[in-house]
Amino acid sequence: MTATAPRRVRAHRRRRELGRYASHRRGRVLGRYAVLTAVAVVVLFPVYTAVVVAMQPLAAFTDLGVLVPRHLTLRPFIEAFGNGHLGRYLVNSFVVSTAITIGQVTTSILAAYAFAFLRFRGRSVLFVVFLATLMIPTEVTIVANFETVQRWHWTDTYAALVVPFLAFGFGTFLLRQAFLGIPRELSDAALVDGYGHFGFLTKVAVPLARPSIAALTVFSFLGAWNQYLWPLLVTNNDRYRTVQIGLKQLAGTNSVTFNVVMAGTLIAALPIVVLLVFFERHLVRGLTAGAVKG
Amino acid sequence: MRRSPRDLPLAAVMLIPSAVVFAVWAFYPLVRTVQLGFYRQDPFGAHRTWVGFDQYREALSLSAFRHSLWVTVVYVSLTVPASLLLGLGLAVLAHQQLRGIRVFRTIFSSTVATSVAVASLLWLVLLHPSLGIYNQFRRSVGMAPVDFLNNPATALRAVALTTVWQNLGLVFIVMIAGLQSIPDELHEAARLDGHGAWSRFRRITVPMLSPTIAFALVVLVINAFQSFGQIDLLTPNGGPLKSTNVLVYQLYSTVYKTRDPGLASAQAVVLFAIIFVLSMAQVVFLDRRVHYAQRPAGDER
Repeated sequence: MTATAPRRVRAHRRRRELGRYASHRRGRVLGRYAVLTAVAVVVLFPVYTAVVVAMQPLAAFTDLGVLVPRHLTLRPFIEAFGNGHLGRYLVNSFVVSTAITIGQVTTSILAAYAFAFLRFRGRSVLFVVFLATLMIPTEVTIVANFETVQRWHWTDTYAALVVPFLAFGFGTFLLRQAFLGIPRELSDAALVDGYGHFGFLTKVAVPLARPSIAALTVFSFLGAWNQYLWPLLVTNNDRYRTVQIGLKQLAGTNSVTFNVVMAGTLIAALPIVVLLVFFERHLVRGLTAGAVKG
Repeated sequence: MRRSPRDLPLAAVMLIPSAVVFAVWAFYPLVRTVQLGFYRQDPFGAHRTWVGFDQYREALSLSAFRHSLWVTVVYVSLTVPASLLLGLGLAVLAHQQLRGIRVFRTIFSSTVATSVAVASLLWLVLLHPSLGIYNQFRRSVGMAPVDFLNNPATALRAVALTTVWQNLGLVFIVMIAGLQSIPDELHEAARLDGHGAWSRFRRITVPMLSPTIAFALVVLVINAFQSFGQIDLLTPNGGPLKSTNVLVYQLYSTVYKTRDPGLASAQAVVLFAIIFVLSMAQVVFLDRRVHYAQRPAGDER
């Protein structure tokens, strides 16, 4: 029957079938968006309730406007800076995290270069020793490191917050991998061109390893910014406390109200959220370097 | 660039900065901690007496320490499987070709940006006895609110909930990278063979993803053993009836409050032993994966 139907009828029928298929597909796509959106709402829900609390005056809590804000105000954010010393904490965190990041990237580049391009006795043993540091977590060494900090009178100094983290076994590993990926021909050509090690490092190796260096930079900064146990141990003074410890102070101070604590928490999260939005690709590379590629 | 032993002086210059930091802040303290564990020390650090393994034995038989080991194991079992399953679920959900899927991927990975302090404190609202929506619901139906963090029956679970949420981003990122590395042809071939979505998930996705899952598992377990910030912030002093007194919190209070560095060191050595075994497991997993899931060179993403 279909075969003998006039051409116009056939075309019409086909269009109707295609239309049904398309609307079926559109329905499925809409369904997927609905599921994704619902899940996204659940994931972000704790952030939403914190924002609502942070933007309301204390009086509003008596009528419990947590799901829908009723009296919007930015005062808690201002108070977090005033009463809560948040400005000082943020500056400290920036100073400490930047110093740690620059230090880790620099020492990792140097060490990785030696492991990738130089020949010397004991190279592979030393590399294993570097990697072994990854198995010694801060939590295990706090007793002895705290002793060192006290002996050197480093309590409440930037040195105590920065110096123990100026080298990073994972960074050395990551950059060594990147350097080893540089084709032999390039290093031979550089040699022919009369580049010394310094020229090769700065003009060839580092530029070519830029993606890995970027990943390490973001990863280091994130790790440094989010540190908790060690800064808690070695700082007793607001002048040196980082923002994470500042949040603990904020939450533990009776004169600071709950909405101010939430405002402070959101402010402390902001720099890393910005980092994630702008450098997501690099961060992902850093996080998955161990996971997806060996 | 590969030359012979003449490289040694340059190598020394390049390696010394890292080597000094590692020696002073990782290897020395590790040895020192083991050593301190052999000495009994009074709180003021004046007297040190050699007690050999006695202190280690004492640490292991200390009921507070045993309790903290148990709390940590419970905490691991509360956080790790949930983080893994939910993170994998998010990754499977976001692993599809749709316009604007990047926005969802960013949202799902966003909790990786939260520090332990931020993640814990954000949850204070939801766990709040009067502000949290679950408690508001309870009150609206005439039930008494639950103060999750001050109730020994719920405190650890409440803290675990915040950790699972914080882990989601990391697990999601690792899992979706794993999913993207599975060649599409495999799924295509299975589809042609008549396998449905569930069958393909079980027979292709899970086996191909198993190295990634194993890796995430070990990382999560190690992280859980190192948990401290969420406990310190949400349940001060180890929680109601010490119900959230995890290993690192126990260690911290022995250093900071009891001021007993000898006993703290013995406990730290036990923690190190646990983490060492887990790290070795990680190395084995990583090694195995390089063998059977080797990808062509240049396939970076």
